[in-house]
Amino acid sequence: MEPFTVHTGVAAPLRRTDVDTDQIIPVRFLTHSSRTGFSDKLFHDWREEPDFVLNDPAYAGSTILVAGRDFGTGSSREYAVWALQNYGFRAVIAPRFGDIFRGNALTNGLLTVTLPSDIIEQLWALLESDPGHEVTVDLVARRVRAGELTAAFELDDNTRWRLLDGLDHIDLTLAHTATISDYEHRRRPALPSTALLTG
Amino acid sequence: MGKTLAEKVWDAHVVRRDEGEPDLLYIDMHLLHEVNTPQAFDGLRASGRTVRRPDLTLGTEDHNTPTVAVDKEIVDPAAREQVSLMHKNCAEFGIELFRLGEEHQGIVHVIGPELGLSHPGSTIVCCDSHTATQGAFGSLAFGIGTSQVEHVLATQTLPMGRLKNMAVTVNGSLPEGVTAKDLILAIIARVGTAGGQGHIIEYRGQAIDELSMEGRMTVCNMSVEAGSRAGMIAPDEKTFAYLRGRPAAPGADRWDAEVAYWRTLFTDEDAVFDKEVVIDASTLTPFVSWGTTPAQSAPLGDPVPHPEAFADPVERAAVQRAQEYMDIVPGRPVRGLPVDVVFIGSCTNSRIEDLREVARVLDGRKVAPGVDLMIVPGSMKVRQQAIDEGLNEVFEAAGAGLRFAGCSMCAALNEDRLTPGQRAASTNNRNFEGRQGKGSRTHIVSPAVAAATAVAGHLAAPADLT
Repeated sequence: MEPFTVHTGVAAPLRRTDVDTDQIIPVRFLTHSSRTGFSDKLFHDWREEPDFVLNDPAYAGSTILVAGRDFGTGSSREYAVWALQNYGFRAVIAPRFGDIFRGNALTNGLLTVTLPSDIIEQLWALLESDPGHEVTVDLVARRVRAGELTAAFELDDNTRWRLLDGLDHIDLTLAHTATISDYEHRRRPALPSTALLTG
Repeated sequence: MGKTLAEKVWDAHVVRRDEGEPDLLYIDMHLLHEVNTPQAFDGLRASGRTVRRPDLTLGTEDHNTPTVAVDKEIVDPAAREQVSLMHKNCAEFGIELFRLGEEHQGIVHVIGPELGLSHPGSTIVCCDSHTATQGAFGSLAFGIGTSQVEHVLATQTLPMGRLKNMAVTVNGSLPEGVTAKDLILAIIARVGTAGGQGHIIEYRGQAIDELSMEGRMTVCNMSVEAGSRAGMIAPDEKTFAYLRGRPAAPGADRWDAEVAYWRTLFTDEDAVFDKEVVIDASTLTPFVSWGTTPAQSAPLGDPVPHPEAFADPVERAAVQRAQEYMDIVPGRPVRGLPVDVVFIGSCTNSRIEDLREVARVLDGRKVAPGVDLMIVPGSMKVRQQAIDEGLNEVFEAAGAGLRFAGCSMCAALNEDRLTPGQRAASTNNRNFEGRQGKGSRTHIVSPAVAAATAVAGHLAAPADLT
């Protein structure tokens, strides 16, 4: 996983709430079996609307998305995270995220930044009045900076440490294999196994 | 202080707990389907890792699969490739897979309970948010992403930050003609699409106790539509009776000991919930979604709200956009809106009781001209049972056939999908823009309302039929 420390880039204002994962990447593109190749599928149906924010050349190359509350609700499709990353996004800022999406994003190194709605409104106003404006997401200091605006955000120490170092969850867990084996020895023996289904 | 049901199950699965770190939870059963998994297997191969417990892992084909003919090649080459990758990956890593057309094949959350895999007090994960369905058995069951699938395959564990506890208490009894689906839509309309975020919801109270296991599955299924990862219901005699004798249920030698343990799985009286919602079941009527989130729902006969009724400008804009997309008129009910397609299926409502309910409404009636009624059972077992009970004859006499098992138009990843502008009454769980096909308009309803709508040709409850 690519480490995330401090990132500065063009931010796009997505003035919509309840952006579910079906909108981030429509289900019909999920038959593709890799983690790459989704950049032109991101927000596919909305991008057919001429006034959709990502169609504005001023936001071309944007790497930060500023969205309304409940971004990434719906299906547990990690494709939504890959599509955002394939397009070039490194961080999404919103007042609230869908739980599964947020977990998927942080696992893949896409930083989800939770800021209150009034700060989001200020960011939207800034980005709309001055399209192409850059925003800095500083994970070291846990701050977002844009023009005169500075806002602190929260992220637990463990997730922050993992993102800063680009650590892989599986490697971290495999260091505890002996503990997992210990648990398996005291686990209830009557729990189901597929052996019961196939004889 | 006492513990909630969720805390009891969680604590029993902690492999490792350390200050400042997420808990490492043991996973008792890992279910897989063909979408959201190829990348996880690629990851295992790339790192030279194996599957730690293939015996606690089960795959099925459900999302991309056809429902009309299961013996022909899948038309879409990408879907065909994904199903074939599932076959190849499961074979390579020694994982049992139920394939299209086989006896146990079906929607992953339908076959889990049907096979008796969903033990009270167990942890169940799957690459699908509606894994929450299996919380109806008092298990902790939740959806995970592809990277987490890879993690569980490699380690049989998952690092998880603690979730909060939320109680949804449903007092009183549901009136005649009001179902589990109406109840969960009413709950979501009350708490909102984000009301359960960061929480595990426990459903409790008289109306929940009175639901059948299938009704409880419908309720827990849509927990994710209220923003929650998981929904749970404490196991009781109905739970034990449902599980007894199923293939993966405990055998006679262990049954009593397991039931004795399962009886300890309830929320202690002095346990504290972080959030509580109380609903009076007796006031409910059939519910329907009018917008593009499941929370945008109302009683079938109620007028749809005006955008101006919402003070928050962002909310107002969202409602306006939803109403334009759905082509509905604020101030008028959606009852009476003509539909093109009625879909009965999905992991929310495709079990045998759902099909019986549909047959009850369709019996002696015909599907309205111009309406396409699709009935897709959740599993091949459900399909066989519907045939054994003669339900398929009722469906055929009404003008609809019984299809083969799969997610069908809920996921709209196979050929079953709406064309732009088409309106559907659907028993599935999501009505997002484009969910059932680009430009599709979905009204989420119960099986009874779906069947009545198919007969009337427009959104209607069984009570509206003459």
